Amino acid sequence: MSLKDKLVSSFLAFENHVDIDSKVHDIRTEAIKTFENKGFPTKKDEAWKYTSLNSVLKHDYSVFPKQENALAYSDVKKYFIHDIDTYKIVLVDGKYSSHLSQTTHDGIDVCLMSAALSKPKYQLIIENYFNKVATKDGLTSLNTAFSKEGAYIHIPKNKVVAKPIEIVHFSTGNEAALMLQPRNLIVVDENSHVQIIERHQSVTDNPVLTNSVTEIVANKRAIVDYYKVQNDNLNASLIDNTFVEQKRESHVSVHTFSFGGKLTRNNLNFYQNGEYMDSTLNGVTIIGDKQHVDHNTLVHHIEPNCESHQDYKGIFTDNATGVFNGKVIVNKEAQKTNAFQSNNNILLSDKATINSKPQLEIFADDVKCSHGCTIGQLDDSALFYMKSRGIPEKEAKGLLMYAFSNNVLSSVKIPELKQRITKLIANKLGVNIGFDL
Amino acid sequence: MLKINNLHASVEDKTILRGINLEVKAGEVHAIMGPNGSGKSTLASVIAGKEEYEVTEGNILLDNEDIEELSPEERAHKGVFLSFQYPVEIPGVSVTNFMKTAINETRKAKGLEDMPANEMLKLIREKSELLEIDRKFLSRSLNEGFSGGEKKRNEIFQMAMLEPKLAILDETDSGLDIDALRIVANGVNKLKSKDNAVIVITHYQRLLDHIVPDFVHVLYNGRIVKSGGKELAHQLEEKGYDWIKEEVNA
Repeated sequence: MSLKDKLVSSFLAFENHVDIDSKVHDIRTEAIKTFENKGFPTKKDEAWKYTSLNSVLKHDYSVFPKQENALAYSDVKKYFIHDIDTYKIVLVDGKYSSHLSQTTHDGIDVCLMSAALSKPKYQLIIENYFNKVATKDGLTSLNTAFSKEGAYIHIPKNKVVAKPIEIVHFSTGNEAALMLQPRNLIVVDENSHVQIIERHQSVTDNPVLTNSVTEIVANKRAIVDYYKVQNDNLNASLIDNTFVEQKRESHVSVHTFSFGGKLTRNNLNFYQNGEYMDSTLNGVTIIGDKQHVDHNTLVHHIEPNCESHQDYKGIFTDNATGVFNGKVIVNKEAQKTNAFQSNNNILLSDKATINSKPQLEIFADDVKCSHGCTIGQLDDSALFYMKSRGIPEKEAKGLLMYAFSNNVLSSVKIPELKQRITKLIANKLGVNIGFDL
Repeated sequence: MLKINNLHASVEDKTILRGINLEVKAGEVHAIMGPNGSGKSTLASVIAGKEEYEVTEGNILLDNEDIEELSPEERAHKGVFLSFQYPVEIPGVSVTNFMKTAINETRKAKGLEDMPANEMLKLIREKSELLEIDRKFLSRSLNEGFSGGEKKRNEIFQMAMLEPKLAILDETDSGLDIDALRIVANGVNKLKSKDNAVIVITHYQRLLDHIVPDFVHVLYNGRIVKSGGKELAHQLEEKGYDWIKEEVNA
């Protein structure tokens, strides 16, 4: 039985676990029909031309984990930003881990999606925002059909959340192969500010496929800084579908650091519903082996006087393959839009590949839009310069690659996270640079 | 200290150096002059170990050791320093971080521990004062957006930090106004000692008014065709290079 058939036929069993009287039940039922119709994307779909899911869909995944598997904090401590106090929503094999988590309802709601979907007090937010900004493509619909667990974050107006929130998904290898469908909803009301760090981490060599959907709503003047740390092992694959809806004068940034995983696909979509706002989409990808990372971004400028900034850096070695497909749509009404996009890549081996494709659809006539894409090797004259000062080749290359990703790194606003990512980059490049950038 | 014997070098099968002989002893300053395209910068790059250049004949001895097989960084660790004619911009790496890395890598190669942070700061402060470099300048990305003069001053600052045994200044005077020239020359003079040596590559006399050479060599068509004292530089300034070319071609 194909994975698609297995998923469709599992839906009835899944429904037995959830409250079928809830309004979400109708949404789920609709979604499974959509998935049944559309199925998984293939390379025939324009947006999936350079990414084939075949190699990750072939496993016989368990679609619900049978039992809970506890992880000791000491074993997974290193995956948290433990230098600072954070709120934590931790799921292990798709199930909430209360002892690893630190949730709150004190003025803000940082808790579980399952609670939000079932308890009346969250009903209004769910009705207003759940599955609204998410598109109805096959993968997102699949997630919607099985949406049950994940992070629910609601920041009411005029709150600056003092601590970052970490959303961490672990998989333990309790199942031979596991498919996860985490679902996150983040609603940030007027004038509020929140910082979120998301991570998916497999602690086993068993195959894991995560099809994640995150909906983020930034209301008027809200500030949301979202960081995705993708450093999973070579048997774990991730399809991340993130949808951001922004209202007037809001600022949202999403940073994606992709250093690991077998196959990673980031579908990152921004919809600007209002004036005077900006959206920032930054990414650093450093991969080798046969790893594959695909960034598929969309920024839709709907109203006038808004900005978007995209800056994606990639370093590819061995047989690694990368894709950057950045789409910017500027509606006819969206005059005075400033939309910038830049994608720079370094290929360190002859067998590494990057496919970079900017797509600008501009219907307004008074806008500033630019895109730039570079693909190259490390600069030999810079290497010679550094070596002539006594810096060995390996360190010189490392320093150049650091410098290459520095723009993106320097815009990380959580110092502890920045330090952590600097270390990850150093490990990835196999160098020890004697300072922090 | 440096002994170059019958050095031939080529790049992409084009022969540029055709038998250079040069001996530089500790404590000496040598000037290498010559018309455009005579091979001056190639000689500097070959001594520093730039990989594109192939030594086809002859050798380069540093303290009696043949350095031809050594990488640029190994040569740097042995005390060779090249001040670039066109310093390379390295966005994202500050001057300070670059120097820290260069110094500690050189120390590591010599089996020494990293320089303690306070010592490093002291050294940076001392040497930047010598070259009249502003503190803010040190936190800027290396050479990025620097003026021609700032780039050259920064090269000599690096030289001051690394205290090389043999410094080669490749057209350090180009792009310098008179004040910057004075500062740079002053820096080089303060670093001069009986234990190190300097090779100054230049087109013009004016730098040599400040850094006074013990020997002047004229490079033409890949060979040293004339050597003399500092008065040779004055002669070249007055008469240009044509008389040398005529002498050689005759």
